[in-house]
Amino acid sequence: MNWESWEAFWAMGGYGLYVWGSFGMTLLCVVGELWLLRRHRLQTWQRLKRLKSWDSQ
Amino acid sequence: MNLYYYASPSTFYPLAGRLIPWFAALALVLTAAGLYISFFVAPTDFQQGEGYRIIFIHVPAAWMSMFIYVVMAFWSAIGLAWNTRLSFVMARALAPTGAMFTFVALWTGAFWGKPMWGAWWVWDARLTSELILFFLYVGVMALQAAIDDPRRSDRAGALLNLVGVINVPIIYFSVKWWNTLHQGSSVNLTRAPSMAHIMLWGMLIMALAAWMYAIAVALVRARSLILERERQTDWVRALLEAKS
Repeated sequence: MNWESWEAFWAMGGYGLYVWGSFGMTLLCVVGELWLLRRHRLQTWQRLKRLKSWDSQ
Repeated sequence: MNLYYYASPSTFYPLAGRLIPWFAALALVLTAAGLYISFFVAPTDFQQGEGYRIIFIHVPAAWMSMFIYVVMAFWSAIGLAWNTRLSFVMARALAPTGAMFTFVALWTGAFWGKPMWGAWWVWDARLTSELILFFLYVGVMALQAAIDDPRRSDRAGALLNLVGVINVPIIYFSVKWWNTLHQGSSVNLTRAPSMAHIMLWGMLIMALAAWMYAIAVALVRARSLILERERQTDWVRALLEAKS
């Protein structure tokens, strides 16, 4: 185990800003991409359904 | 198994759908294991203290940024040569993920450079060529988005992909060709890695997690693109029928 306490863990030996700034931005990017992906998928389905309803009219 | 069988969008679509949960699950498990090693197993570095832990994101992201570009250029070349629909879809599906990893590599590089070099950014050969890679990804996506006709859009993007691939070896060898600030690689194929084994393992597991993530995400995106493009076909109509 590397850490004596949670405070020590978050402080990262004085490099907290840099370590958490890196890991945090990566998390943000991944979550953002997954969100966009889901939106793209839903929009595609909706568009296809709309086109289909026009077809059948 | 006949690979050509799965080169058709109508057979690839359900196959990708079955594969995605597996890649996603692997990505999750590997990320959990990789993060555990990154923070709780790997020891403090004797020179950089805890600051070095950025390596577990930075190096895998930088590897992915280059690798995804090469794969994208590969599919572009196949698409241009044989005019296969699925190749262009794959090339297009990879671009946003590649751009994301390039951005992460640049960002974490800045957050590592500041405490260790004293600067967020320098116009070093490695950093500059990686920035160009980011512009290439964004350029390909912008070019494809700007052309309405999907066939012309595919071809224009594929051409830019192929021209841009020259940048990848430049990035890779930049630390050898130009003796600037960015350090050389700690891991390569010809000699033993110049780092502790557990650090190396952490990095490799994180890289594998990034691979699995990239595959899962690209497959999801490819499926949406396929639906859009094949909407006039019977199988997509049947799929819509089944869904509603």
